[in-house]
Amino acid sequence: MFGSSLLPLLVALPIAGAAGALFFRVNARNAEAWLAGTCSLAALAIVLGFFPQVSQGAVVGVDFDWMPALGLSFSLRMDGFAWMFALMVTGIGFLVVLYARYYMSARDPVPRFFALFLAFMACMLGVVLAGNLIELVLFWELTSLVSFLLIGYWHHNPAARRGARMALIVTSSGGLALLAGVLLLGRIVGSYDLDSVLASGDLIRSSPLYLPAMILIVIGALTKSAQFPFHFWLPHAMAAPTPVSAYLHSAAMVKLGVFLLARLWPALAGTDAWMATVGLAGLVTFVLGAFIAIFQHDLKGLLAYSTISHLGLITVLLGLNSSLATVAAIFHMLNHATFKASLFMAAGIVDHETGTRDIRRLSGLFGFMPITATAAIVAASAMAGVPLLNGFLSKEMFFAEALGVSGPLPFLDRALPWVALGAGAFGVAYSLRFIIGAFFGPAPAGLPRTPHEPPRWMRFPIELLVLICVVVGVVPNLTVRPLLDTAVHAVLGAATPSYELALWHGFNIPLAMSAGALVGGIALYRVLSWRLASGVDRVPLLPPVDGGIVFERTLDAARRGARRLEGWAGTRRLQPQLRWIVAVAVAAAAVSFLHHGWWPGSGAQPLRATAYDSMFALTWLIGGSCAVAAAIAAKFHRLAAVVLAGGAGLVTCITFVWFSAPDLALTQLLVEIVTTVLLLLGLRWLPKRVPFAPARSGALAALPRRGMDFALAAAVGGGLAALAHASMTRPLADSISRFFVERAYSEGGGTNVVNVILVDFRGFDTLGEITVLAVAGVALYSLLRRFRPSPESAAPPSQQHRHTPADAANDLRVPGVIMRLMFPVTAVLALYLLLRGHDLPGGGFVAGLTLAIGFIVQYMAGGTRWLEARFDVRPIRWMAFGLLLAAATGAGAWLFGYPFLTSHVLHLFLPGLGELELPSVFLFDAGVFALVLGATLLMLVALAHQSLRGDRQQRNL
Amino acid sequence: MSELVVALAIGVLAGCGTWLLLRPRTFQVVMGLSLLSYAVNLFIFCMGGLRSHAAPFVPAGPPPDPALLADPLPQALVLTAIVISFAMTALLVIVLLAARGLSGTDHVDGREDER
Repeated sequence: MFGSSLLPLLVALPIAGAAGALFFRVNARNAEAWLAGTCSLAALAIVLGFFPQVSQGAVVGVDFDWMPALGLSFSLRMDGFAWMFALMVTGIGFLVVLYARYYMSARDPVPRFFALFLAFMACMLGVVLAGNLIELVLFWELTSLVSFLLIGYWHHNPAARRGARMALIVTSSGGLALLAGVLLLGRIVGSYDLDSVLASGDLIRSSPLYLPAMILIVIGALTKSAQFPFHFWLPHAMAAPTPVSAYLHSAAMVKLGVFLLARLWPALAGTDAWMATVGLAGLVTFVLGAFIAIFQHDLKGLLAYSTISHLGLITVLLGLNSSLATVAAIFHMLNHATFKASLFMAAGIVDHETGTRDIRRLSGLFGFMPITATAAIVAASAMAGVPLLNGFLSKEMFFAEALGVSGPLPFLDRALPWVALGAGAFGVAYSLRFIIGAFFGPAPAGLPRTPHEPPRWMRFPIELLVLICVVVGVVPNLTVRPLLDTAVHAVLGAATPSYELALWHGFNIPLAMSAGALVGGIALYRVLSWRLASGVDRVPLLPPVDGGIVFERTLDAARRGARRLEGWAGTRRLQPQLRWIVAVAVAAAAVSFLHHGWWPGSGAQPLRATAYDSMFALTWLIGGSCAVAAAIAAKFHRLAAVVLAGGAGLVTCITFVWFSAPDLALTQLLVEIVTTVLLLLGLRWLPKRVPFAPARSGALAALPRRGMDFALAAAVGGGLAALAHASMTRPLADSISRFFVERAYSEGGGTNVVNVILVDFRGFDTLGEITVLAVAGVALYSLLRRFRPSPESAAPPSQQHRHTPADAANDLRVPGVIMRLMFPVTAVLALYLLLRGHDLPGGGFVAGLTLAIGFIVQYMAGGTRWLEARFDVRPIRWMAFGLLLAAATGAGAWLFGYPFLTSHVLHLFLPGLGELELPSVFLFDAGVFALVLGATLLMLVALAHQSLRGDRQQRNL
Repeated sequence: MSELVVALAIGVLAGCGTWLLLRPRTFQVVMGLSLLSYAVNLFIFCMGGLRSHAAPFVPAGPPPDPALLADPLPQALVLTAIVISFAMTALLVIVLLAARGLSGTDHVDGREDER
């Protein structure tokens, strides 16, 4: 029954729950808690259902193709170790959901909380179940991202935002290091598949890439598990709501680092370098975290440093290169999750019921909440390593391992037991501080709220977890043993050592160390109690360096540096930017010129050199003069510039005719007309620029700039001319044109090759291009809806004062009649051009422009109101129709089982007309026609309408 | 020899276009872009070589020797480019008019040069 098909469901269930939360109302606290609870409980049930299989050593897996070309599959894989983590993630997840139902205020946007919480659970499951390292990194980064949102849940609180940002930056940069390490690992092994990586430990350790890969992966793990020197983010993350801390910072997110170290232990561990990095980082964290924890006044801060310290303990164990130590590490992962989650929840209850988490203000809560207090005391004792509780067992194993270690540095081996003893004593001291500070002593005074026991079900998760602590501590072999065996076996495989879980091993050195730590811790707490009571906010003996402050300063410096760099190298002004772009382009081309030299083609092929034609040269003399004159006139004489540029355009058009491109010539001519109309319509809104004689000094100052621009322009022109000449005079390499020419008729069914290319061979490109046209039209239309002309040009132009619209109508009386009569002719011409386009010059683009010009002429002859009262011009409808028609023609091929835009020629026999060839691309071209017509009309008419609106506004004033 | 004429034409159009592109007034930039698009269209077009009296039409029947016809591929590329450059000119004109209305100046930066 429990097949691998349930694995995707396991990950999908929380995601579905998270998505479902989006549909709840903001204050739907109960409904949302039910949903989240059901999802996590169902996930927990699935996980539990897998136990019979994985406890037999089976690995349940399922594979999907992800990026098959790169050899990547999306695989979920559950072995014993993944199972243990999935159990923690879903089990503690469920308990925290229950707790959060009571913890979260009805005023908080609770659906967002639960949605993120479930999403986080899904990402966690993704990491622990990943069967592929890239997939693992992906989910790893997702946990960073979602935890950012969870820590910053109360985003009105600056500390929460700061903590969230810090956590995100530290853990996601660690994730990047991890990705780099994983890529190296994949290069060594040749596969990202977890099973192959785990099986090639010797290959990995002997590779020259081992050291960088290992260090990068360890950095990823250390950042995630808040290990020295990256530990500082965790205390700042305590600004999160307590359920988030109870989950992320005890059982879930911070455990991922040690999860990864244990997961890859068979592949990476066993070298001195591993011991030096992992072991040392863990040891420093273990001691440092425990020491700092003693001096925290915030309950959650104390727990945060204690978490850092306990994760350090696990890291040390993993870094000892001993399989027994790894067993202890895995055992402690479980134990720490149980007692730390319950302690965070207890701290949350204290906060919730009293209104403060400050140990200096809290006292004597035992009398007010005896049940919670008892549970918290038991959990804290487990944290301290008191016998009969689970923490004692794993700590005892650690002491035993610390005694037997043999690393490359003998003095460190000898020191380790003493360091362990000291850190153990620190652990006892901060646990005592937690217990005595909060629950014993005189009744508290001046608390924001009068404390009392929390609701029944808010307490339940703590009670359950504490019960587990006790049961595991007393009868480990009956309870946790099968579970631990399963997990350990999955990590170590055949190398699994035989180990003993027992409360009583007889009188031996580890027991003496435990006792020493307890006594030492109590004594330390006594000695320090006066100092702690004084409320000084500083950790003694350590330099007053806070990683968080260093981090913020670095971040600030980076930000300032970026701003300075931007101020130095950046500009918001357009001209320098364009100058740079042009200069870089010229330089890039010049490199090629200089490198390869320049010479015109040999002209050996008679085909490539056309005869000199003085008429043609003369035409371009005019065209070039027009261009130069337009460039000069554009500053003050805009109308002249438009006309002159039109001249250059016409000569371009003649060039197209001259050199066998009738379709281009037609299109250029028509576009020339609409562009001129467009610019003339636009000019009306651009106030006149009066030429002025600049001061002599100003002109002199502008001289270098203009000289530079002139040089750039000359370089561009000269370079392009040289390039064009060189390539035109060379023999043409055989291009795909041959293909088009040879197949235009046989496969495209048309004799106009250009049109066949447009609508058939490259129909998809054309579809994209007309889409661009439609987008430009709509963008322009929506820009014009909110168009506010400049105040100077709002009034009707001076020409209209003497010349009213009535006068205009009078002037156009005779031409107007002719123009109106021309409309049907234009329409027929457009239709003709459209119909013949496949075989002769014409086609959708040309026909659309022609009919658009026909309409524009009617606007000119009759005026906007006259035309629109008689004729419903709906450019947007035309555009939509055209785009849909073109796309539908393409999609029509699907109906017959062909790819998109496959063309087909239909042979119809019409009585009287004879045989008619109707290619499907004709419909496509008709779509192009409708769209070009609509877009052109839309652009021109929308701009023309502004004049009407302007008049109206003017009259209303 | 017409190659030289066309090459010079492309050079003049591109030079004038670039010069206008670097000017401070929006209208100059619009005119510059339109001159540049002439130059670029001609440049792409001439990559297929210059041939008179050889328009790319094939007879209905067996295909002719492609070497005898003008190259249809650059023509197809340029045809849509012409139409799209019109659309871009239109959009740019509207943007500059709106900017003129908002900022009260036709300088490309939306404010007069301080220098």
